[in-house]
Amino acid sequence: MPDPAHARNAGVPFAPDWFARITVNTPAAERRADTLVARRSLKGPWQAAWLVNALRCMDLTTLAGDDTPDRVARLCAKARAPLAPHILAGLGLTGVTTGAVCVYPTMVAPAVRALDRSGIPVASVATGFPAGLMPLPLRLAEIRYAVDQGAAEIDIVISRALALRGEWAGLYDELCAMREACGPAHMKAILATGELQTLTNVYRASMVAMQAGADFIKTSTGKEPVNATLPVSLVMLRALRDYGARTGARIGFKPAGGLRTARDALNWQVLMHEEMGPDWLRPDLFRIGASSLLSDIERQLEHHVTGRYASAARQALA
Amino acid sequence: MPTVSDILDSLDYGPAPEGTVEVRGWLAARGRFGHFIGGAFTAPVGLFDTLNPATGEVLAQVTQGTPADVAAAVAAARVAQPGWAALPGHERAEWLYALARQVQKRERFLAVLEVLDTGKPIREARDIDLPLVVRHFYHHAGWAEVLADQFPGAAPLGVCGQIIPWNFPLLMLAWKLAPALAAGNTVVLKPAEWTPLTALAFAEICAEIRLPAGVVNIVTGDGATGAALVAAEVDKIAFTGSSEVGREIRRATAGTAKRLTLELGGKSPFIVFADADLEAAIEGVVDGIWFNQGQVCCAGSRLLVAEAVADAFTERLRARMARLRVGDPLDKGTDIGAIIHPDHLARIGALVAEGQAAGAELVQAPAQLPARGCYCAPGFFTGAAPANPVSQREIFGPIATLTTFRTPDEAVQLANASCYGLAASIWSENLALALDIAARVKAGVVWVNSVNVFDAGAPFGGMRDSGFGREGGRAGMLEYLAWPAPAAVAEPEPAALVAAPDPTHPGAAGGIDRTAKLYIGGAQKRPDSGQSYAVRAGDRLLGLAPWGSRKDIRNAVEAAQKASGWAAMAGHARAQVLYFIAENLSARAAEFAARLAEAGQPDAQAEVQATIRRAFYYAALADKHDGRIPATRARHLTLVQPEPHGVIGIACPNAAPLLGLASLILPAIAMGNRVVAIPAQDMPFAATDLAQVFDCSDLPGGVVNLVTGPRDDLVAVMACHDDVNALWVCGTKAGAARAQADSAGNLKPVWVMTNRDWQGASGQGQAFLDHAVRLKTIWLPFGA
Repeated sequence: MPDPAHARNAGVPFAPDWFARITVNTPAAERRADTLVARRSLKGPWQAAWLVNALRCMDLTTLAGDDTPDRVARLCAKARAPLAPHILAGLGLTGVTTGAVCVYPTMVAPAVRALDRSGIPVASVATGFPAGLMPLPLRLAEIRYAVDQGAAEIDIVISRALALRGEWAGLYDELCAMREACGPAHMKAILATGELQTLTNVYRASMVAMQAGADFIKTSTGKEPVNATLPVSLVMLRALRDYGARTGARIGFKPAGGLRTARDALNWQVLMHEEMGPDWLRPDLFRIGASSLLSDIERQLEHHVTGRYASAARQALA
Repeated sequence: MPTVSDILDSLDYGPAPEGTVEVRGWLAARGRFGHFIGGAFTAPVGLFDTLNPATGEVLAQVTQGTPADVAAAVAAARVAQPGWAALPGHERAEWLYALARQVQKRERFLAVLEVLDTGKPIREARDIDLPLVVRHFYHHAGWAEVLADQFPGAAPLGVCGQIIPWNFPLLMLAWKLAPALAAGNTVVLKPAEWTPLTALAFAEICAEIRLPAGVVNIVTGDGATGAALVAAEVDKIAFTGSSEVGREIRRATAGTAKRLTLELGGKSPFIVFADADLEAAIEGVVDGIWFNQGQVCCAGSRLLVAEAVADAFTERLRARMARLRVGDPLDKGTDIGAIIHPDHLARIGALVAEGQAAGAELVQAPAQLPARGCYCAPGFFTGAAPANPVSQREIFGPIATLTTFRTPDEAVQLANASCYGLAASIWSENLALALDIAARVKAGVVWVNSVNVFDAGAPFGGMRDSGFGREGGRAGMLEYLAWPAPAAVAEPEPAALVAAPDPTHPGAAGGIDRTAKLYIGGAQKRPDSGQSYAVRAGDRLLGLAPWGSRKDIRNAVEAAQKASGWAAMAGHARAQVLYFIAENLSARAAEFAARLAEAGQPDAQAEVQATIRRAFYYAALADKHDGRIPATRARHLTLVQPEPHGVIGIACPNAAPLLGLASLILPAIAMGNRVVAIPAQDMPFAATDLAQVFDCSDLPGGVVNLVTGPRDDLVAVMACHDDVNALWVCGTKAGAARAQADSAGNLKPVWVMTNRDWQGASGQGQAFLDHAVRLKTIWLPFGA
């Protein structure tokens, strides 16, 4: 569950002057993202620990058209025990779970059942995921449905049309309505950055989402042609930092889609550490939306423990 | 060793040291190094230690080069040179390609060795230095291959003496060696006293690939060895280092035929406008002044920040600085490594203390410095007044100054308030603004929304006290090539000036007396000396010419500096003026011919006609001396733009009083320079008459200034004038030597030329335009 140590983001009245004059220089952001991950190196037990941390921060996800309750239950079993016992023992750890499980609204109930007494929250996508092109009342109803089913976190998608047309006030209003519909559930706002395309749009949309009360801002649905990238993440973190500096609120960040390798998991954590500091490496402020990533991390950790390179066939399926 | 569980609580990085086994094995096996001369290592004698600044440990001992060692190396290079130059371009390309490949295959070895010898972070050696080294050799393998096509008629200079600094030892070696070798020169290179090891490893690579003996020679040693190399029988000196040493080398080479390029210090502005991406600019500071511990000649050491965003910028900078990791250079997670040497650390400390004493406030990172080794926490000064030593002098350490500005004009004013002119970095999301500032800032390299971007294909080099000459690309190749010099034609030695009346040599009787005057700021001026000198044709007095002196030069330079609007005009507009000069001269051709004939000039009519043609020639080229867009990095537009020097002082030949003057003035002003010219001493009336033509040809006042009088003395005044930006000397050897030595004051480039057949092909051409401009390289990274 999100750490109660920090208050939820209450949002602020719409304040376009916080973002209207910001422009992001793309080549500079790309250069920073490129060099940032080359500036830090994690070896031996540090690498192992940071990989375990990536698991703790993972929203283990299935968002497929062929999802079934049994398939979701299997995923939840993996979320409870993402590492084989011998790996866990080798690392000297107990009780490692993923940060959450993320599913479609109709799969929330099976997931809640499967995660009973695990302490692992269920996150649900909503609002006409992934395109978000449904009438607003239906999108809000979908949020309420998922919350009713037991989802503790709602990953909503923003209306890209509003962002692309610069209708920031309209976007703000929609997001405020969604935040209200979430009630006690935390709202993660998916910006679908691959479709916003420019980094300046990404910054502005991030700021609007936070002003409207998002608890997390999230890069992608995983369904866009380009999902989480380091430059996009960098810009979102800068927006998040600027919002925090103005309001004192601590907003979480979730890259999703495109993180597939243990190297990716380390790179994004280095990004978090460098831009935000170690507090943003905890699950209350950092989540990785992923599915296949887990398997690669488990393989790397197996190698750390045994000195042998593992085969995926020997791992428990998610 | 902490447990995984401990680390999960702390989430710190832990150590990540790069391995040194191979390099340490090599150092242990070698231990003591001689020079690399004629393809073999000499016996190590007269040894001194080279240290690891991160630990103080002795890495190896190297030989202090004596003048005899230098002479032996130069002799070896001299023997090897004709054979090397005679190789087909393709064969030299094969050798350079082999060097690129061999260096690439030993990237890690060389990177680690560089880190041990310099204290720079392994990330920088590995990700920046070595890839640039390899790229430089590849790029120049290409130039060797196509040399004959691309530079038809050009020849190598011969033996080049090259002296490199300690901040980028292997990279500077590559920048020096690659173009020299590609062009067919052979080389004697002296690495810096503190960092000789990668050059010696490179020498072993040369031996390993069996590079012909004597083509590359490495002589180690201190400044005395460098001085011996400067004094040796070489054809060129290429130096990268401090402006002080650059001045010494300028003086030492004055009066010799040695070509010279100097890449010296800087105090480069880093300008942040209110509409900049501030986060990007903050990272620019990290990659600027905090790159290589700030020991970078082009470091953006003067942060100029728009007042509107200064508080936000400063706060972010402070926070960012606190996240820099200072420590073990071999650790892959280190941002800032060790300062090169305890002596240099002491120098940084002294200058910082001076800055504080003068009232500036130092903001320094709360970094935990290692207990031993040579470290300096990164920082920046606020409240440093322009006169504060830290605002003016190069700290060459990880400490910047931060100053605010209000308007673009003020930003430019502050940026240019420096004796240096190496680089500038401009941050704004407004392209119109950024390009305007790029044009106005005095720097050889300008990075827009970026900093410290380099490429072998992009010229790098400075202006003002940052030196002259370019490294990289086509312009860099030109520094190692020469075309056959035009045949020298002896000019009549100027007669001694006589101010006293002399009734034994009377002039013509009758008519209204004509008074020749100086031409300064578009007006006819009497000389400050109140004296005139007699101009004679044989025994006959032709008239009296104003005896110009230092104050007239001062006034002329001031007028020329004021006429800066000339440089801002379009080439087409300048061409119109040159055409108009031709038109008006043509209308008075007979009169000019008669005046020249009266003075005893042969071919007077031909000289006037050639002068008219020359005006047409440079009018034609005024809008055609284009810049280039070299192919450098992906998604970077790199503009190489020719810019006028500013004010060029010109000493005209004593022969061809009209055409000689015009042949020098016209290309200079066609490119946008203003000129202070000293006309032919013995026959200045062609020039003073020409002033009348200028007057009626829409030439703005101050663009051309003419000061008649004692040529060598007046040239010396211009050489010593810090507002004269370049000097062209056609005159006596002694006068030229003196001008070159005196030019060390502001390190203006001096072009020494011989009198020639001005009516022939050698009287005009590309060389005149090339000397009339300096290159500005502007980097524009782009991306939506």
